[in-house]
Amino acid sequence: MAASELAQYVATGLLVGGVYALMSIGLALIFGVMRVVNFAQGDFMMLGMYLTYYYAVALHVDPLLGALLTLPPFFVLGLLVHRAFLVRVTGGGDPNREMDAQLILTLGLSLVITNATTMILSPMPRGINVPYASRAFAVGPLLLNQARAYAFLMALLLAAAVYVLLTRTDLGRALRAAADDPEAAGYQGIDVRRMHGMAFGIGIALVAAAGGLLATYHPIEPTVAVNFIVLMFVAVVLGGLGSIPGAFVGGIVIGLVQSLTLLLLPLQLQNVGVFVTFLLVLYVRPQGLFGRRARTV
Amino acid sequence: MARARGWLGIAAVVAVGLLLSFGLTERYHHRILTLVFLWAVMGLAWNIISGYAGQISFGHQAFFGIGAYVTVLLAVTLKLTPWLGMLAGAGVAVLAALLIGAPTFRLAGIYFGLATLAYPLIFRIVMDYLGYQEVAIPMVRDRPALFMQFTEPRSFDLLALALLAATLVLARLIETSRLGYSLRAIKENEQAALAMGVDAFRCKMAAYALSAAPAALAGAIYAHAILFVVTPDAVFGVIVIVQTLVVCLVGGVGTLWGPLIGAAIMIPVSEILDSTAGDRLPGIQGVVYGAALMAIMMFAPEGLFWRVRRGRGAAAPAAAGPPIAAAVSTEGSDAAARPAPAAGSGAVVLDVRGVSKAFLGLQALADVSFDARRDEILGIIGPNGAGKTTLFNVLNGFLLPEGGEIRWLGEPITGLSPHLVCRRGIGRTFQVVRFFPRLTVRENVMVGAFAHGGTPAAAAALAREALARVGLTERADTLPPGLTTLELRLMELARCLATAPRLVLLDEPLAGLSIDGIDIMSAMIRRVRAAGITVVIIEHTIQALVRIADRLVVLDQGRRLAEGAPGDVTRNPAVIEAYLGKRWLARHAPAHAADLRT
Repeated sequence: MAASELAQYVATGLLVGGVYALMSIGLALIFGVMRVVNFAQGDFMMLGMYLTYYYAVALHVDPLLGALLTLPPFFVLGLLVHRAFLVRVTGGGDPNREMDAQLILTLGLSLVITNATTMILSPMPRGINVPYASRAFAVGPLLLNQARAYAFLMALLLAAAVYVLLTRTDLGRALRAAADDPEAAGYQGIDVRRMHGMAFGIGIALVAAAGGLLATYHPIEPTVAVNFIVLMFVAVVLGGLGSIPGAFVGGIVIGLVQSLTLLLLPLQLQNVGVFVTFLLVLYVRPQGLFGRRARTV
Repeated sequence: MARARGWLGIAAVVAVGLLLSFGLTERYHHRILTLVFLWAVMGLAWNIISGYAGQISFGHQAFFGIGAYVTVLLAVTLKLTPWLGMLAGAGVAVLAALLIGAPTFRLAGIYFGLATLAYPLIFRIVMDYLGYQEVAIPMVRDRPALFMQFTEPRSFDLLALALLAATLVLARLIETSRLGYSLRAIKENEQAALAMGVDAFRCKMAAYALSAAPAALAGAIYAHAILFVVTPDAVFGVIVIVQTLVVCLVGGVGTLWGPLIGAAIMIPVSEILDSTAGDRLPGIQGVVYGAALMAIMMFAPEGLFWRVRRGRGAAAPAAAGPPIAAAVSTEGSDAAARPAPAAGSGAVVLDVRGVSKAFLGLQALADVSFDARRDEILGIIGPNGAGKTTLFNVLNGFLLPEGGEIRWLGEPITGLSPHLVCRRGIGRTFQVVRFFPRLTVRENVMVGAFAHGGTPAAAAALAREALARVGLTERADTLPPGLTTLELRLMELARCLATAPRLVLLDEPLAGLSIDGIDIMSAMIRRVRAAGITVVIIEHTIQALVRIADRLVVLDQGRRLAEGAPGDVTRNPAVIEAYLGKRWLARHAPAHAADLRT
């Protein structure tokens, strides 16, 4: 196999991985701050794809801009969902049992969103027609799909913005404090419950934007969530549950694994590579690449 | 009585099932009845590993799908009757459970659940890849019964009902067995279960294998009664685990009747909705299931079974405290009657040599050596952070030391698993009492009594005896959250004694007790020693320990600072310095050193 072919697979994997990384950051932020594994994350991504689609169809907004415009409404939606449902099963009580309750609550939410979308918008797949989806940049011997390249750059930009938000602002410091030690954060005057809402809102907004970017080159349908939620879980576990830089790297790795699996296995088995990687990481290093092993006796 | 009621309940379920099956006339109603039975079976199967043992599995459809595919593929390729094929399917599912479980049970809590997600997804992709996207059950017109192709819809009801009855019996047997108690203990507090001799890994594997078999049989029957064409999506898909979760969670997790109640409510509702509105509103079933999961988690997370039972006030509030003090206060004489052996006279039973343990650079234990001798009360003291609890965790196998050796009765036990350490005769209690909150006091102690095997009846007898020893007989049917701190500590001691230890490690048994409580607990500890059990106690307050210990070992910052008779140790300047600092020592020593003892 030519070196250029390998490079092509790596480049494709990186570009796709950038968008996975953005999705996974949202999931990791929610887990990091709230200790909630959000099964409905993929469904918010799907809704973000649809909103971007309607921006493009009804308002003629380019999906790359449309993806950004999903941020504010989905942030508000996240706040509302947190207030309406998640507060009831977060905070106080046995953390293990609580986590089970949250998992099942968000699984229920995911079912409702997927099926309600099917009911309202029909199961028919849709797509956004953008000219750059079928063009490619030629970089040396490599061909980079333009839609994927733009989506990759936007994803990096948003991820950098999240990094600045978390490290350089008061809100970011409060979020990190609430994540590290909710009790101590409470004593410092941080409204932990409000931080949970913020984390959920930001996490949902990020995954919706990632969905918008994905919509430039991926068909839009109500059941698209199933495939991506598992990829996000894999990325987040790979990076260490709750670690945001870890989730970013995890997302990139998943893109690479998916792409490079094609060298070894037929296309239908593409995701088997991802799942096997997932299981291997769990067995060998369950705390992930960046997580610290917590042991309490 | 409760025992008989369980079997009668199963008989009643079968009777009602038969009545319904022979009462219903419409084909469609039979279909719903079959589905209720099958999803109740799936719920019960999931309940064994996720309800009793608390290991939430999001991938249980793996076994359902294996059952369906193996049975149908055997019929297609080898013309094997599904009656045998489904047994083969169950066998393959059990094997798969063992292969999946062996690596996956190394993961705890959320990680286990996430890992289980991956297996059915992999199976699904592989089935697609192998070209089994649609496997039709071959029609055999001449011998339909032999190939499970009944025209009479009632036949499928009865088949599913038979499987339901068998699964109920299986679940009931697990519930009332040693395995059932162990699983519940693992769910409530795995560390405590390990310390009480429960082999958590083996118990989980057994539960997983036992729960795979009914799931596979349900999958095989589902394929013949409902599907006719097996697809990866229909048997490995998300909807399978969703329906399983829905029937269990709505009905109530961890009970025999929960999945049955959930199936009886949710399956007819969703089927009727699907048949009346499914054409106009595809996905209505999913919305209903999703909404049901959300509602149950927000308003009745314990499920309808527990909600109704609690509503009836089944668990009456515990009566006022029994006269524990009276039961125990006379025991001082008991201890006095048996002359305490002089410190250090007995043979060495526990020999700790050069044990070290570090956490992320913090040296919690540095080259610690000491020994415990037969029938003595050895106190290990030291300020907070001295490494006392770490020492116990190394001794009972929770932590692996980086260096050093531990010998128990002459044999090395360094690095032995906690449940094996317990079975060798070293019991322990915890600084913060680790009880099993949803097991009664008697059941808590029974978990300890199972350490050396035996039937539930034998364990109950041992538990009764252990509870009598600590004076908690009257609290046997209470749930631990209703106990006082002293009662909790006594219960934990009883649980530890029920494992028939020859040495007990007591982690701050006096912490949080009133003055009376300290007297009662101290008397109890002397009685334990009088019964021929060596006692090693951790405390950070010297005063209480000086009165009961024969010898003291002092730890400070992971090192052994001093060792000797209580009187000598408390006068040791190094010890005083560790507790009170150099400046205090300079100002008051040695004149006030003796005050420490009072």
